[in-house]
Amino acid sequence: MPEAETLVTPEMEQRQGVWGSERVSYPVSESDIRKWAIAVYWGETPPRLYWDAEYARSTRWGGIIAPQDFNPFAWAVPMGEVRPAGAVPGQQTRRGGNVMNGGQADTYGVPMRPGDVITGRSRLSRWEERQGRNGLTLFTYTETEWRNQDGELVKTRISTGIRY
Amino acid sequence: MAYHVYYEDVELGQEVPAFVRETDFMNWNRYAAVNEEFVYIHMDDEAGKAAGQGAAFGMGNLRWAYVLNALRAWIGDEAEVRELSLQFRAVNHKHDVLRTSAVVTEKKRENGENLVVLEVNVLNQKDEKTAPGRAVVALPSRG
Repeated sequence: MPEAETLVTPEMEQRQGVWGSERVSYPVSESDIRKWAIAVYWGETPPRLYWDAEYARSTRWGGIIAPQDFNPFAWAVPMGEVRPAGAVPGQQTRRGGNVMNGGQADTYGVPMRPGDVITGRSRLSRWEERQGRNGLTLFTYTETEWRNQDGELVKTRISTGIRY
Repeated sequence: MAYHVYYEDVELGQEVPAFVRETDFMNWNRYAAVNEEFVYIHMDDEAGKAAGQGAAFGMGNLRWAYVLNALRAWIGDEAEVRELSLQFRAVNHKHDVLRTSAVVTEKKRENGENLVVLEVNVLNQKDEKTAPGRAVVALPSRG
């Protein structure tokens, strides 16, 4: 297969700087938060702030809050296109078909709480290509903003996507 | 206790206690379940190999959570993490022992808030730095 000259697509050019359609989460539940906390603290009991309503009421938050990495958009329906991201066992990966999380930069606002409905939107800000240890590599930078049902800012994120 | 550390008590160069985990599919699968992150490279060694990473590897976002966990344990339930950034420079494989690091690099009062800036990372058992970054926490004052 000839070396691709660029991994940048016309679709990326069209999307650059344009906010995508808004996503609205299902209401966050105490159970969602508890399970998330168990997963990210696996090996020890997570802090009571994330699962003990009585304790959480005694804090300045006045109730349970979610860990700041909590994702309210998991398990949405209807499902999007079912296509595995990245390498697939037993298949030759096409150039640019490998996908990695390159990192992110978050700024946090108000915490997420049970009952919150989070609205999120994203836009592709910019990209750069360079030769990496896996050949031609594309770094994309996507800006994301989450707000709660009261319009309060929950989080802004700049995420780095890697394709090679 | 809701607050664990006060702004006045923090010193430049101070190290935050590490959050340590030996990670394998017990951690990754649980994280996949809550984050709906069922991606072959995190589930299957052949896919990890095909991606040029040697074997299946853990999620960057789980290391992200570990850094937040370390910061939360240090500051207490009522103080706030305001900013966090990490670059996922290297992957972590099954049975790697990950530990967070966070060192205070700056203290500043801005807009009535007491902010502490930290250089953060996640290291493996070979002391390789996998995820350099920066965090900002807002702490209460004794004043």
